[in-house]
Amino acid sequence: MMVGTTVDEPTQIHSQATVVPPRLEVAEDRRGAGEDFAALPTEIAVRDLDFFYGKEQALFTNTIDIKKNRVTAVIGPSGCGKSTHIRAYNRIFNLYREQKAKGEILFDGANVLSSQTDLLDLRRRIGMIFQKPSPFPMTVFDNVAYGLRQHYRLSRSDLSHRVEDALKRSAIWDEVKDKLHQPGNALSGGQQQRLCIARAIAAEPDVLLMDEPCSAIDPVGTAKIEELILALKSKYTIVLVTHNMQQAARVSDYTAFFFQGRIVEFGPTTKIFSNPAEKQTEEYITGRFG
Amino acid sequence: MNSHRRQAIERGAGGAPLCAVADVRDFAPPRRRSIARRKATDLVVKGFSWIGASVGIAVMAFIVWEVVVRGAAALNVAFFTQPTPMDVTTNAGGFANAILGTIVITGVAALIAIPMGFMGGVYLAEFGRNGRIATGVRMIANVVMGVPSIIVGVFAFATIVKPVHHYSGFAGSVALAFIMLPVMARTTEDILNLVPNELRESGLAMGAPRWKVTLGVVCKAARGGLITGASLAIVRVAGETAPLLFTVLSSPYWMTGLFGPGGFFGGPVANLTKTIYDFSSSPYPHWQELAWAGALVIIIAVLGMNILVRLIFQRGKK
Repeated sequence: MMVGTTVDEPTQIHSQATVVPPRLEVAEDRRGAGEDFAALPTEIAVRDLDFFYGKEQALFTNTIDIKKNRVTAVIGPSGCGKSTHIRAYNRIFNLYREQKAKGEILFDGANVLSSQTDLLDLRRRIGMIFQKPSPFPMTVFDNVAYGLRQHYRLSRSDLSHRVEDALKRSAIWDEVKDKLHQPGNALSGGQQQRLCIARAIAAEPDVLLMDEPCSAIDPVGTAKIEELILALKSKYTIVLVTHNMQQAARVSDYTAFFFQGRIVEFGPTTKIFSNPAEKQTEEYITGRFG
Repeated sequence: MNSHRRQAIERGAGGAPLCAVADVRDFAPPRRRSIARRKATDLVVKGFSWIGASVGIAVMAFIVWEVVVRGAAALNVAFFTQPTPMDVTTNAGGFANAILGTIVITGVAALIAIPMGFMGGVYLAEFGRNGRIATGVRMIANVVMGVPSIIVGVFAFATIVKPVHHYSGFAGSVALAFIMLPVMARTTEDILNLVPNELRESGLAMGAPRWKVTLGVVCKAARGGLITGASLAIVRVAGETAPLLFTVLSSPYWMTGLFGPGGFFGGPVANLTKTIYDFSSSPYPHWQELAWAGALVIIIAVLGMNILVRLIFQRGKK
């Protein structure tokens, strides 16, 4: 069951340690380990991404390939730039005048950061789920239909079929099928978050950015969302920012470890959690800082 | 803290401490504050708060009581159906023309000020935010809110009454709108600021344009507060007298349509507050009674609307 079992400890750190922290279990079906990374199609290629909050630089020369139909986890201590990094992919940071990004984020052959980018279409293709579930102040149905109505001309019946389909694929249909015309924020927190996922996938994106989607959700809701992530990756490319390393180990194929705005290490999840190359990664995943 | 983690903190990576924990020093036990004194202070502060609140409420209660007692005596069906009397020898007449005038003047003011104030508030909260223009607009709005309403009346007199050489209901509406505009804009801004940014980001992340997110998501989320804000802005001006002195004056007749000497745009229009002012300072007892009744009606209307709006908003929040 355990692919990542204990490895030899780097002696310079643990020379006096008497207790060895348990390794995180990485599920067997994580594909990261056995496949040829370079041969996989790349969905988003980030090159030398710098990010600024006013004059303060938050990201430094981030370079990473996000692979198609894989779950890429982004981990790191608070304030390391995880969220900032993925918020550049759909240019959502443009809402704030003082935030600036430099470098290249190549998606479908074009630089997302270019002024030519059509933000509305970019955001149709790169959906986002936020930390706090944020259903719109409208019915469950209208929430899911929001993106569809925004981007497509659909007949009434087609619209309701697609809404139903998105809710089914978000594993929430059975819970809301009798509440379609009740307000979305009457649902529980976990349900609201799955509603937001349904809303995002209804618009047929290519990529789903998830910014700590479970940090405001109880364990049962979290388990459901994690299952959902695994089910969704056959159709979407998923980038998952998480504070929860067990979660990264459970659902991701590749993991990037961020520290102080830099990508310290990026590789197959099995390798990051069992045999990291960098000392900082090792210390973080074993809970020694962060 | 488990021993492993503790060791890691003490020793740190590669032996260097990650954070230094200072040794706990032995201080002499600190002297306690006097409990009796703290209780006394509490009592004094509580006492002054009670006095302050009671004085305010008592004055308010006295005014309402006096108006209710004196006004109720003169209130009858004729008050709501007949126009203001011109004949002092009979006890006939009512305030119907004045009530109608006040409703129309205030309504037109709301039609002018609420949409404009709403859009201004949206600009301040959503688009201008901390930019130079928004900061300036916000400051001016705050200043205008503090301008005495009679000055606003003079302003409307100079800009509308003087060029056309006659008073009009419309001039009064403009004066009231001028008072409402900054109130509406700042209320809208404050209420929209309560909407969490996640909602804006979620809307934009769906690929919706900014205006759509603002109107369809952000304002929709805040609609209860926005409606309350608009209603309170109306209530705020419904009882104004000073701005009407220079603009509408008053009239003993019914308003006759839009134009011409008796019309909304054409000349003085009967209205509650100015009529109350005129009748209360008249020498005729019946007219004074009518003024009391007018005061009662205006207090009930304003108070009632206030309470109604708050009740609806509270229910909406549940």
